Amino acid sequence: MIERLFELVNADAALVRRGRFLTTDFLVEVGDEPFHISVQDGRIASVTRGPAAARPWRFAIRASAEAWREFWQPVPRPGYHDLFALTRFGHARIEGDLLPLMANLRYVKEVLETPRRLARSA
Amino acid sequence: MAARIEPIAGRYVHLTLGGRHCRVYFEEAGGGIPLLCLHTAGSDGRQFRHLMNDAAVTDHFRVIAFDLPWHGKSTPPVGWENEEYRLTTAAYVEAVMAFSRALDLDRPVVMGCSMGGRIVLQLALDHAADLGAVIGLEAADHQTPWYDTEWLHRPDVHGGEVCAALVSGLVGAPAPHEHRWETLWGYMQSGPGVFKGDLYFYRVDSDFRDRVAGIDTRACPVHLLTGSYDFSCTPEDTLRTAAKIKGTEAAIMEGLGHFPMSEDPARFREYILPVLDKIRAARSTA
Repeated sequence: MIERLFELVNADAALVRRGRFLTTDFLVEVGDEPFHISVQDGRIASVTRGPAAARPWRFAIRASAEAWREFWQPVPRPGYHDLFALTRFGHARIEGDLLPLMANLRYVKEVLETPRRLARSA
Repeated sequence: MAARIEPIAGRYVHLTLGGRHCRVYFEEAGGGIPLLCLHTAGSDGRQFRHLMNDAAVTDHFRVIAFDLPWHGKSTPPVGWENEEYRLTTAAYVEAVMAFSRALDLDRPVVMGCSMGGRIVLQLALDHAADLGAVIGLEAADHQTPWYDTEWLHRPDVHGGEVCAALVSGLVGAPAPHEHRWETLWGYMQSGPGVFKGDLYFYRVDSDFRDRVAGIDTRACPVHLLTGSYDFSCTPEDTLRTAAKIKGTEAAIMEGLGHFPMSEDPARFREYILPVLDKIRAARSTA
């Protein structure tokens, strides 16, 4: 699912515009699998799967594959419906430099939620 | 064709709160038992506009919502520019009771949401004889903080954007798109530091865990309603609180989040109308 961010986000002009002041690299872990997300002016420049040793990131969001699967349901159940709901109930952890995340919180949350659209249209 | 004009009327009332002059905005609609509505932290009385347009409510209740000073169309007191806004339990109780007295409300039913839901518990403790009943929406005697409020007021993060983005997840997942975003618009419009200042009450100055058992629901009935998607005031928080207050009626609202009256008005009325009917029936036989 997370690999699809490249096409899902970049095809959404409003979402790209929302992130236009953000250029950063962040890490999303789906279980044991790390994905490096590179953002350039609100566009997803790349999604790189794999350990990529010593690759830097500003902030990381880590959750189990099961938690992400629940999060990406078209209408997720309570507790799995929001990034901070995940952290509140211990399903996810956020680490690193939170400033780029919080300054662009609506954008980052909506980027992470884009895979829900795949389930809706399936 | 005549334009659609809503029955809601807005006016200003002047109050002295904390020894200072305050110009307070309120809206009202309907007639009957006063139903005084308290908005959430960092928002304002517009959250109750759907209730004020619902004849099933306004045929029997005079629905009134005021904006706390610093919120909505109420101005902050003179000198605000050099202060850090911080709401306390004492100041909040004073504001609600002063407003009620200023409008000469006869034993109003006080319904508050979130921090408004928290304060109705203190109101039921302190002013049971002056109130008809209290309804706590997303209410509990205490919450475990789930983020650092410092993010809400700093120069390198836009306050309106981050306040709305933080609370966006508190809206229930099934909420209609239009109402979800209108609810969040309220958060985007809050003054700098106002949401954070409200959370001083909510996070720091309102641990009621040792007090709520003292509420006498025979003197002031207590109704608690919380949405299943609320992870700020969780259903467990509300049910724990209800279990401590003998005679409390509590229910979990499926599919709703932290802003039931504004995020999904149609679903909310299914839960609130029976509560209002019960209050009305009890009042007519009293």
